[in-house]
Amino acid sequence: MAKLMGIDVGSTTVKVTVVEQDGTVLYKSYERHFAQVRETVLSELKKIKEQFGGEFCASITGSAGLGLSQRSGINFVQEVQAAFVAIRRFYPDADAAIELGGEDAKIIFITGGTEQRMNGSCAGGTGAFIDQMATLLNISVQEMDEYALRAEKIYPIASRCGVFAKSDIQPLINQGARKEDISASIFQAVVDQTVSGLAQGRRIKGKVLFLGGPLYFLKGLRGAFVRTLHLSEENAVFPEDAPCFMSIGAALHSAGVKPMNIDDIISAIEGAEGSDEVMTGEPLFKDKEEYAAFVKRHRATDLTFADIATYEGDAYLGIDSGSTTTKLILITPDCRILYSHYQSNNGQPVDIIVDKLKEIYSLSQGRITIKGSAVTGYGEDLIKAAIKADFGIVETVAHFKAALHFNPDVDFIIDIGGQDIKCFKIKNRAIDSIMLNEACSSGCGSFIQTFARAMGMEIDKFSQLGLFAPRPVELGSRCTVFMNSAVKQAQKEGSSVEDISAGLSISIVKNAIYKVIRAASADELGDNIVVQGGTFLNDAVLRAFERETGKNVIRPGIAGLMGAFGAALYAKEMSGGVSTTMGEEGLEKFSYKSNSIVCRGCTSKCNVNIITFADGSRFISGNKCERGAGRKPASDELDIYSYKQQRLPACITGAKGTRGRVGLPLQLGMYEQLPIWAGFFESLGFEVVLSDKSSRELYFLGQHTVASDTACYPAKLMHGHIESLIDKGVDFIFMPCESYNLDEHDSVNHYNCPIVAYYPELLKANNERLNKDNFIMPYIDLNMWDNTVKKLCASLKKYGISKKQADDALKEGFARFEKYHADVRAKGRDITQKAREQGKQIIVLAGRPYHVDNEINHGINKLLTSLGLAVLSEDAVFDEADLVKVNVLNQWTYHARLYRAAEYACRNEDVNIVQLVSFGCGLDAITTDEVRSIMEKNDKLYTQIKIDEINNLGVVKIRLRSMLAAIEEGKKLKKA
Amino acid sequence: MDKKQNIKRNTKDYTNEYPRWQPWMKESYTILIPDMLPWHFAIIERLLKLEGYKVEVLKNDSRAVIDEGLKHVHNDTCYPCLCTVGQYIDALKSGKYDVNHVAVMMSQSGGGCRASNYIPLIRKALKAEFPQVPVLSLNFSGLERDSSFPIGAKLLLKLVFAIFYGDAIMWCYNQVKPYEGVQGDADRARDEAMELVMSRFEKGGYARYKKIIRSIIDKFASVALTGERKVKVGIVGEIYVKYSALGNNHLEQFLLSEGCEPVVPVLMDYVLYCVVNNINDSTLYGKKGIFYTVNKLLYALLHRMQKNIIKIFKKQGSFEPIHDFEHLRKCADKVLNQGVKMGEGWLIPAEMAALAETGTENIVCAQPFGCLPNHIAGKGAIRTLKNLYQNENIVAVDYDPSATKVNQENRIKLMLATARENYGQIK
Repeated sequence: MAKLMGIDVGSTTVKVTVVEQDGTVLYKSYERHFAQVRETVLSELKKIKEQFGGEFCASITGSAGLGLSQRSGINFVQEVQAAFVAIRRFYPDADAAIELGGEDAKIIFITGGTEQRMNGSCAGGTGAFIDQMATLLNISVQEMDEYALRAEKIYPIASRCGVFAKSDIQPLINQGARKEDISASIFQAVVDQTVSGLAQGRRIKGKVLFLGGPLYFLKGLRGAFVRTLHLSEENAVFPEDAPCFMSIGAALHSAGVKPMNIDDIISAIEGAEGSDEVMTGEPLFKDKEEYAAFVKRHRATDLTFADIATYEGDAYLGIDSGSTTTKLILITPDCRILYSHYQSNNGQPVDIIVDKLKEIYSLSQGRITIKGSAVTGYGEDLIKAAIKADFGIVETVAHFKAALHFNPDVDFIIDIGGQDIKCFKIKNRAIDSIMLNEACSSGCGSFIQTFARAMGMEIDKFSQLGLFAPRPVELGSRCTVFMNSAVKQAQKEGSSVEDISAGLSISIVKNAIYKVIRAASADELGDNIVVQGGTFLNDAVLRAFERETGKNVIRPGIAGLMGAFGAALYAKEMSGGVSTTMGEEGLEKFSYKSNSIVCRGCTSKCNVNIITFADGSRFISGNKCERGAGRKPASDELDIYSYKQQRLPACITGAKGTRGRVGLPLQLGMYEQLPIWAGFFESLGFEVVLSDKSSRELYFLGQHTVASDTACYPAKLMHGHIESLIDKGVDFIFMPCESYNLDEHDSVNHYNCPIVAYYPELLKANNERLNKDNFIMPYIDLNMWDNTVKKLCASLKKYGISKKQADDALKEGFARFEKYHADVRAKGRDITQKAREQGKQIIVLAGRPYHVDNEINHGINKLLTSLGLAVLSEDAVFDEADLVKVNVLNQWTYHARLYRAAEYACRNEDVNIVQLVSFGCGLDAITTDEVRSIMEKNDKLYTQIKIDEINNLGVVKIRLRSMLAAIEEGKKLKKA
Repeated sequence: MDKKQNIKRNTKDYTNEYPRWQPWMKESYTILIPDMLPWHFAIIERLLKLEGYKVEVLKNDSRAVIDEGLKHVHNDTCYPCLCTVGQYIDALKSGKYDVNHVAVMMSQSGGGCRASNYIPLIRKALKAEFPQVPVLSLNFSGLERDSSFPIGAKLLLKLVFAIFYGDAIMWCYNQVKPYEGVQGDADRARDEAMELVMSRFEKGGYARYKKIIRSIIDKFASVALTGERKVKVGIVGEIYVKYSALGNNHLEQFLLSEGCEPVVPVLMDYVLYCVVNNINDSTLYGKKGIFYTVNKLLYALLHRMQKNIIKIFKKQGSFEPIHDFEHLRKCADKVLNQGVKMGEGWLIPAEMAALAETGTENIVCAQPFGCLPNHIAGKGAIRTLKNLYQNENIVAVDYDPSATKVNQENRIKLMLATARENYGQIK
């Protein structure tokens, strides 16, 4: 009788098994395919031919197996289905199965209604994600697993998408957090992603099977799953065959398939050549001559060197402690390079810099005097404290200074580094606008690096391969997760490694131009472009950029060192002749210890890292406010966000009611309407109970009921608020559905956004603890008084509320509402006046009412006050501005306020706007462009900050400091 | 309530200048319409031509379309807008048109979803390279008064007929195509039906809808079928990606190639949904006025026609009739409130429920990536639906410029695997 064969072609591996008809496994293998799908399958088949020979009933499964199946004519079975078959055969008593693969994550619910779920198109938490993170930590996945087992604490890390997680992890590395803890935190993030992203409202319980490579090989990950799901030992099953489970399922599924001779199977696979379905573009270089001319042209912008072994005299030191790399440069007063260093920081930037500084001292043997030093980049504060550097400089300004050196007429700078893309437009020799990649549209340098490793190559060699690729693959230009699947598709269709390499270089460039800069045409970029950042040292990327823009650009030979070079130039510019930089002796004695604690200064509970240097001085990082750093916090006096945080709950008098307890979830629209409903219910004799304060813990509390993982963070937090109210045992939760918000007579229509309007529907549908008695969600339009009163009476029928009572209560609600807003406006005027007396700049931190929530804005208001700014909100100022007519359809109440807040900022010289945007907010795709255009029409800076679950302010700080630097430059120019 | 009187304020104008549509342009301008429903739009194209407009439904469908879209609209804007803008720009660049005598047209609902902003977004996108091209809004909410496509009562009625006929053709075709005995028969029937409809608009008699619908059904009923049964898969979701092959990577084709029968609810449902939303505003919130009365009359008229059409389907007997809209409303009520009216709102769960009740339990819920209303009415409603219809088998698929076909198809295949298993059990 023919044997059964299953071939599982995943995104990174090929698994082949041979099974007897009775289910006995005879052979199994697990191989990485490095994009050579067909070849790997063939070599496995040849082994099987030798060992067994004869006839097989064969099926292919797996995410990358579909194309192979279609072209070879071998039967295909969807991989979850394959798993299902195997589960039923070997583990008939299982209740659920979780499978993590290279790029897929799946859950199969078996009992209580069979259901099979796969990750959507935007989802991290897979094997590829873990690989990416290991690359970031510069360790192997195996090492990461060993580290994780020795962890002591877990840091919160955004888990939805690799890019997000990176921006959480990078600062941890830079702050010197332990690798053990970071590794364990990454695994926890994967678990959270699976539980919230996939289970979507359904609890994972009973006997759970864990399948797929990562869950088989990684003990730390297993542990995290078992802990999070509270599984007992017998209920957490890790099958011996886990990595090959799908292929076994595919084999079992083949039972009804027509048997084929192994030779026929092999020749069918051999004949499955790639098709033309993949889009391809033009080669980057026609031939070697073209490439040679290109290289020659760019060599012209190299700096000259001076010999550190013979040079005698002054020097300036610049350090760029970047996110993934550490850069260091020592220059002479006439800008020759004495010494430079570029290195992946391996998570230990301090060690590297101390080492290199020692090297400089030993090479120069006392002939060189460091007259000044400056530090820039993510690690600025840490390094500055460690080596006692003279200056710190915002990295954007450092890059600008460096670019100016190469082209005084520069009008556009683009820097693509390991983790971020930065672009600046230059007007009148000052930075005019800054664009940083939002966390989602990354796809920067480290992305190629991860890919190169996945293909088993070093990055240099990998990108060199693309230079002469005949048909570069079109990979699209969005986030890395999408690119991963585009690459997967290309591999499936049989594209070569060369074509994929070139395609990746091109997509990085497209990402930068069309996603970050959002240029409609290349002309918008200006005429004098300087490109920099380590990624541009890659000739394929540089070429792709020149091709896409149609312009020849300047790439300095020190493209990777520009931040450090700019810092050195700054040190030179600012030097007072004597430097505080740690000398040779100091370095000899240098050592440091790092430990981390949870700050109890306020409710934010920041993870604070304390680094103690040998001389007893301390450096503290990870804190959101000064309190964590042991300093006196900046006063709340000029911060309307702090004011609103206190003022809003004060709308509740706290009277103990006689009618019962009503729960109000303080999130989304309730941040605006709390005064109305507090007043309404209290005057009816209810006790008003507010949900717990937003926090990450609260989010996790409701995470299992989140139905759509791409909704905004405020919406997802709402689930936790609901849970907390139910736990408080309120009689009912009140949350109205409102298509229309209050008409403020300044827009064409006055809608709420769909999320704010209808979120109660989603909550009701996905939280099994809610029912029509304990969750009251009437549809009302507050502009229609009588109808609203009627609706409220009807929905509170149980409590026998008369129309008159409801009418009066609503009046009380509105009185409190008016009072609240009047107070906020008065406070706004007060802050403005005081700021002017103290000569402070004012920032309108503009967003939605719910952006006042500290868990959502991550304390950006405090960051602003610590930078010496006064903070207003959009609802405090919009009323003072003119009405505005905008290009877009102005039809949402909250969004109309934004336009008017922008108009307010434009009419006041000392007021600037910073727009807060929640990730996933579709409406802000419209408002941001419009607010920007209002600002630009008035020659004002526009700054936007995208916020999500990420709770790291490093990037935000750079952005705000760059903005301040630009404002200062602007002021200087006006004076001049 | 509390009509807060704004202190008399000035208005600052931040709008950019843009070209308006002028009545005289009718003579010399070609109006480009994005593709969404090939057969419906072909009928509408013909009837607008008969009205004296030069119109053309765009058929460009290459990767260049998506790339142009990516270049010209904000990254986070929804996919339908991106596809549409891409089609316009790609067409304008093709050299096929005199770009100084071209306008583009787009529909605008005026609802609380981003889609109402397509017109300004298109304008913004065109501004970079084709600032002279006017953008026409097809809307019934009084928006864009200086750029609206003029529609009188008579033309409106003609559009209604066009939609009913397009619906009938699409509906029958999908029930015949998977089972045709001779390859190409279903397409031939469709060509004949199209020809019939077109000639009625040209030669008169287009308003005799009962007769025309009967003929359409007869033409499809005459196709010889194989007699096999296939797995039925419903397509619901955001209107553009639900219907447009460009938007949904040729979903219907894919389902056919997988040996399924695609069940695509008709366009008139969406029209009725929009009308009913206006009525609901009045019943839910007590809004009064002529606007609501007109909508009630319009709904009564359209629904009566729909019921007549259903009667014809039933009498003829060959095909599953289209859904009765009142039934859809009842279906919606089982899942969520009809107050959820932004985007496709309550229509999505209503269709999913109605499909389940009429034997189509397998469903692809197509939505643009990050579609706001769909969080609630699509993904958010699936749990309730599953509780109501135990065997309902729904996959939510996101469409996006960079989401790959392989990812989408893999997810659909997963749904189909379950579908086939359920089907096997029933058989």
